Amino acid sequence: MPGWRSTALAVALVLVPAAACAKPFVPPGDAVVLERLPEKGDPALAELKRMRAALMMSPRDLDSAAPVARRALDAARTLGDPRYLGQAQAALGPWWKGDDVPPVALLLRATLKQSQHDFAGSLVDLDRLLAVNPAMAQARLTRSTVSTVVGRYADARRDCAELAGKVAPIIVIGCEATPASLSGQAGPAYGALVQVLALPAAAGVREWALTLAAEIAARRGDVAAAERHFRDARALDPRDAYLKGAFADFLLDRDRPGEVLPLLRDDTRNDTLLLRLALAEQRLADQRERFAAHRADLAARFEAARRRGDSLHRREEARFRLAIEKNPQAALTLARDNWAVQREPADLRILIEAARASGNDDALKTASDWIAAHHLEDALIVAQRERSR
Amino acid sequence: MTRIVALLACVLLSVPAFAHKASDAYLTIERDGRSLRGQWDIALRDLDNALGLDANADGDITWGEVRSRQTDIGAYAISRLQVSSGGERCSLSPTAYLIDTHTDGAYAVMTFTGACPQPGPTLALDYRLFEGLDPQHRGLLNFVENGQSRSVVFSADTPHRIVGGDSSGPVRQFVTYLNEGVWHIWTGFDHILFLLSLLLPAVLVRHHDRWQPGASFRASFIDVAKVVTAFTLAHSITLSLAALSIVVLPSRLVESGIALSVVLASLNNVFPVVANGRWIAAFGFGLLHGFGFAGALHDLGLPAGSLALSLAGFNLGVEAGQLAIVMLFLPLAFALRSTWAYRRMVFAGGSVAIATLASVWLVERAFNVGVFSALAAR
Repeated sequence: MPGWRSTALAVALVLVPAAACAKPFVPPGDAVVLERLPEKGDPALAELKRMRAALMMSPRDLDSAAPVARRALDAARTLGDPRYLGQAQAALGPWWKGDDVPPVALLLRATLKQSQHDFAGSLVDLDRLLAVNPAMAQARLTRSTVSTVVGRYADARRDCAELAGKVAPIIVIGCEATPASLSGQAGPAYGALVQVLALPAAAGVREWALTLAAEIAARRGDVAAAERHFRDARALDPRDAYLKGAFADFLLDRDRPGEVLPLLRDDTRNDTLLLRLALAEQRLADQRERFAAHRADLAARFEAARRRGDSLHRREEARFRLAIEKNPQAALTLARDNWAVQREPADLRILIEAARASGNDDALKTASDWIAAHHLEDALIVAQRERSR
Repeated sequence: MTRIVALLACVLLSVPAFAHKASDAYLTIERDGRSLRGQWDIALRDLDNALGLDANADGDITWGEVRSRQTDIGAYAISRLQVSSGGERCSLSPTAYLIDTHTDGAYAVMTFTGACPQPGPTLALDYRLFEGLDPQHRGLLNFVENGQSRSVVFSADTPHRIVGGDSSGPVRQFVTYLNEGVWHIWTGFDHILFLLSLLLPAVLVRHHDRWQPGASFRASFIDVAKVVTAFTLAHSITLSLAALSIVVLPSRLVESGIALSVVLASLNNVFPVVANGRWIAAFGFGLLHGFGFAGALHDLGLPAGSLALSLAGFNLGVEAGQLAIVMLFLPLAFALRSTWAYRRMVFAGGSVAIATLASVWLVERAFNVGVFSALAAR
């Protein structure tokens, strides 16, 4: 009898169509687990939950609020879970608006705005912060990062130069590496990074610098070095969602989709990582069913984001529309809107790909002008441009 | 057994594909006249954040844990959603609790019904779920009426919205606010009573310290026109100033002031101080009434995209509603002006009754107490 029952269950699991879930239902028993909270098995998140509960008692106490915001930001970044951005913003509630805000709160606010892709708002806060506290290294590093994301490389490098002598050399060089490599000095920037990586450094900083080195090496077409840096970085923090995404892109670019599957198998909750997983499955004949399911999931998630008015993942959605849905027009609209906000190499790539697929010379010219103006060195983008000529 | 397995499968199957997503709740409200029917899907994870659903703190939320807290969930949610029609709040009551799944996990589903004491062309909604807990939370409303549905998104920055009366497109938006303006003056008794108190003497003249029937309709008409124009001009000014947040007064002060204006205007008919300069009083107090209209407009929420248009629509609606009252009042009062009934009962008796009622309002509003409700409770 128990055997029969488990067979029935297995059959039902396979056969029950998704439509069975379309209606609200009363669960069959009190013991049915409906939701697994993220803090289950994660002591850091459990601690964050306790800290948030304590903060409720004294929400205006910045000494309690700042660590909550910091940890929530960390969780959002590591897990790719935007609910933690909401928690961070709630912690910063008393300091979210207005100009007269303590430096600690202002820095966290700017960092959070960066995470929400409000780059303009983030820069306003950082400008104000640095005007009053020019020696605040973290603010300078953050401003340099935001300036790089929006393509203001000279501004970014100026901030990095200001850091010299105030923080560890690896941070100065890491700060400088991305904007320098994107404005015609990829060689020297990479060389300096490799040199400083030979020295000992804290694991977190080292992982960050290794990721930068991997990305620059990949752009320069040095595949072996890039892969080595990615693997070294992954050894230091295998859970880092940003790193996983960057490595997956690297593997997809080298047409190695099979290696993406084990990398991202457990990251289906993260939209940006699920997209990469689906892109890999799309190229593998034996993954058709999983690909179909993940494609439907992604479509549902982008629809859910559209309903709430979110535009956080326009770059990913453009990739989804182009590569998976084969809709170049929709992809181009998204890629252009995205390009108006952020200008990293990945943003440029999807702009060029969507422009080529939809035969839009106007968008291609935007991209070419950008590449020429900044002397961008990116092997794949250059090859892509050659093809489109 | 099959059913249980199917449901279980439904829960289990969805697990691997759940997304990390910002917090949303899905609200559906269906309106049929004064009655509402709704469904509200709220993520269990968010409810756990607000209410602590995980009673045994094992990191899993079970149906038992949700079921034992379902009335708390209902009370929490309903206390954060205000639905009003015709300026009065509709009462909402939960009818059932279920579970459903969305892209990011399991949701508590609460169905509810609502009853609105006052009909109106639109519904005004004020949505505050998870206010202070998650500023990134969004309430996604699907409003259904006459088989038509409309989507509205609530956020921390836009907690007020109005739906119904089809407010899509600038023309329709204008018409919606026009409608609201008319409704507001017709259901706002304080404004009507103030206006009536000033209009009642318009068909009479003060002669040798006595009220006499006015001689000509023309004279009465001019008197009414002066009062109405002054009142309109004054409240248009302050309505605009307040709606655009240029001048902001505390609502308790405004509401008390409005009640006082009604008391003074009606008492002036019984113990005349101002006889011929009533338009001046209409202008002065009209300024206060404008702030009152602005309060009502604030409750509706002004759409950022068509602020000027909506403001103009609401203001014109108030004028139109007011004009309709005047057009009804003037011929009737003029025809009856010579009768004993008009002078004694309507004019004198009516003024005393208005003064009494407005005095009660004044006490209620100034001291924030419910005189009528206290009397009713005995």
